Amino acid sequence: MKTKGYNNKKMFSGVSNCLNTKKIIPSKNNQSSNKVRDNINTVLDELNLHDGMTVSFHHHLRNGDYVLNMVMKEIANRGIKDITIFASSIFPCHEPLVKMIEDKVVTQIYAAYINGPVAKAISNGKMERVAVFHTHGGRVRLVESEDVEIDIAFIAAPTSDLQGNINGIEGENACGSLGYAYTDAQFAKKSVVITDNLVTDINYIDIEGKYIDFILQVDSIGDSKGIISGTTNITKNPIGLKIARLTAEVIKHSGYLKDGFSFQTGAGGNSLAVANNVHRMMEEKWIKGSFASGGITKYIVDMLEKGLFENLYDVQCFDLDAVESLRKNKNHISISASKYANINDDCIVNDLDVVILGASEIDLDYNVNVLTSSTGEIIGGSGGHSDTAYGSKLTIIVSQLFNARLPVIKDKVLVKSTPGETVDVLVTEQGIAINPRRVDLIDRLKNTNLPMVSIEDLKAYSDKMTGIPNEIKFTDEVVAVVEYRDGSVIDYVYKKK
Amino acid sequence: MDRIRRTLLFIPGNNPAMLQSADVFEADSVIIDLEDAVSINEKDSARILVREVLNNLEFKNSEIIIRINPFDTEDYRLDLDVIMDLNIDTILLPKASIESIRDLDKVLKENNKDIKILVLIETALGVENIMNILSHSDRCVGLMLGGEDLCVDLGCKRTKEGTEILYARGRLVNAAKALNKIVIDTPFTDVNDEEGLITDTKFAKQLGFNGKAVINPRQIQFIHNVFNPSLEEIRHAERVISAKLSAEADGKGVFSIDGKMVDLPIIKRAEKVLLIAKKLGLGESYED
Amino acid sequence: MKLKRPSKAGTYESNDVYIMLFPVDDGIKIELESVVYELFGDTIKNVILTTLHENNIENVHVKAIDKGALDFTIKARVLTAIKRGLVNG
Repeated sequence: MKTKGYNNKKMFSGVSNCLNTKKIIPSKNNQSSNKVRDNINTVLDELNLHDGMTVSFHHHLRNGDYVLNMVMKEIANRGIKDITIFASSIFPCHEPLVKMIEDKVVTQIYAAYINGPVAKAISNGKMERVAVFHTHGGRVRLVESEDVEIDIAFIAAPTSDLQGNINGIEGENACGSLGYAYTDAQFAKKSVVITDNLVTDINYIDIEGKYIDFILQVDSIGDSKGIISGTTNITKNPIGLKIARLTAEVIKHSGYLKDGFSFQTGAGGNSLAVANNVHRMMEEKWIKGSFASGGITKYIVDMLEKGLFENLYDVQCFDLDAVESLRKNKNHISISASKYANINDDCIVNDLDVVILGASEIDLDYNVNVLTSSTGEIIGGSGGHSDTAYGSKLTIIVSQLFNARLPVIKDKVLVKSTPGETVDVLVTEQGIAINPRRVDLIDRLKNTNLPMVSIEDLKAYSDKMTGIPNEIKFTDEVVAVVEYRDGSVIDYVYKKK
Repeated sequence: MDRIRRTLLFIPGNNPAMLQSADVFEADSVIIDLEDAVSINEKDSARILVREVLNNLEFKNSEIIIRINPFDTEDYRLDLDVIMDLNIDTILLPKASIESIRDLDKVLKENNKDIKILVLIETALGVENIMNILSHSDRCVGLMLGGEDLCVDLGCKRTKEGTEILYARGRLVNAAKALNKIVIDTPFTDVNDEEGLITDTKFAKQLGFNGKAVINPRQIQFIHNVFNPSLEEIRHAERVISAKLSAEADGKGVFSIDGKMVDLPIIKRAEKVLLIAKKLGLGESYED
Repeated sequence: MKLKRPSKAGTYESNDVYIMLFPVDDGIKIELESVVYELFGDTIKNVILTTLHENNIENVHVKAIDKGALDFTIKARVLTAIKRGLVNG
């Protein structure tokens, strides 16, 4: 298997055979009082930026981020080549990277999620080396195990003091939790805070200044409107609402919905409709949950404020209500990506009862693809999908059976990002399929009125309606490697013919 | 037992997305609309689309109703031509009158089609002539009230609160029950007002309506919840029947529950509740 | 059968297809734009072709803009366009 610029040959061999990896402990302690610099070029000079380095960024400003483009533009201007970008996610706003990829300024990208023009360029094989997809937890593991060494971390900070203590909740471009940025600060050889709100007295510290080497003040780190990611409103589509209703029924009869309940859901319209139904059920049944986690939206905040959960564990804020809640609610707690989902840590996902996830494709073995579209183009990435699917006691995929003729169930997914052994239930508007491994769930749900069907029957109905789609043909050129949360290779993304 | 019709969902006849998902919404009946939901230029398109959809899809769980165009239009004949080759359950006849139901019954009889008729009462004359209209055809299973158009005929404003259609509601329920036919209430048109929908549906149930017309699938669950017998009602009905059986076994003709004498109407109502509960799968207890 | 005039049917809505028929003299040509072209492009063209054949339409240029319509919807829209195209202009 030709994988340019990627040498890990350990293949995924089941969740019960997850690899052990070594774990270095961060020990940076920069107590200097002279960290502030007045322009990026000074910083890059002092850091001795050269070809072949690995630079990192976090994506808490999502599609409103200015920092990655600003830094990379300076790096490109210096004639630097062969940079590896270790970004937690890449969005459409990072389009300027496409030319840098073509010019070999950037020759490799590690990310948990890539969408937009950069994803298209990678799918087309334009990047010199393969892209590497990891999970949110896996990003921490990569650095802890020294599979990846970050030379310079550029950390966008909504607010920073003169020592480099930073937080995400103050400043004009407050983004809330800085969960992914801990890794960058703690493990990079050198860390640079980039802020548009440099203060002398900081009221709250997310990441300590001892991990920071330089501080750069800029006019603006991003556009706070860009924090809002895709849909953060409950779907109005009656099909989505039916799926949400069925999903709530599954949760109700699963046995997990009782005091101490813990829950996580995505930010899509269907997922939020589920959250809304769970909210109602918990109120009706007087259930006091322990925590909700993950990417936090106003709907989850509302559940916290109604007393339905004791705590929220926040690795990322998806809207400004979540940011505001983080400021004012003591029991809305921001956590690092490590605490959230790192396989080497005592992580939150292991305590989850129920997680609601989406899928681009799911196959008859319940393997899920959230990396590519049905036609094989990169549109996303695992993010926290396989982390939460692994840890949660009940993993539910919600999806329309087919949408504008696009079917979701395949014989085999194009790219496996989450293994079927961690996926328990698929809920569609045409019925509910339970992974045969979950004999306990099948037993619990068999005496209800819920429309239970096999995933094979769902596929048969879908095929009858849409017809069998053409097979997508690929070359054998690998454009991206997909790592499971333990660092083993679970699949490859190939270039299309 | 007659078909249960708590909800009758209107689906625009020229809309493939809605047509192909019609059975997803779990309405008791689906009304494929060739009339108001389809513009005059697209009537031909809707007829062909509906024909192709019904020839290719099976709607196992819902009654299939088609609302045809009114009797005095050319589309009325063209709609019926298409329907003669389809296997639907029921035709909803808009602006129903004595003349139009007579004609529709005749057409169905001549073509030997086993299709029922549901009359849509939306004119003042329709309300006045209801007994005559309903008894004009054995195929007629009942009526639906069209409140919006009725108010145009009455020259009044249609409101959520509904006093302007109170007479029509009462009269139509009375006539339907007198002739042992079903009666369906007019839709609640504010799809964002859940509270208003529940209030309006409760009122309809109180008046004796069997079900309600639906214009957005989101309304269906709320309407079902109102019309479904509650757990209390089901348990009470079970007690009534159980007491009845005990009394019969003991050779007693009359019996009482909680100090109240149980007579025939109460027993009949209890039997009906249990039949509905069984049909809908309600009231079963299982481990939560 | 000969189409008497250009005609159209369908909409640009999701799950529908917009069909335009133009009478020509040189056989059948189908121009298809579809949101699911890679997965179902061939199938869609076949449905259009079959429907034309079944109705003895041999000389027509079809332009179809598809938003994920299922086969019976495609057939229905082609049939409607044919019916409209047979009416005198």
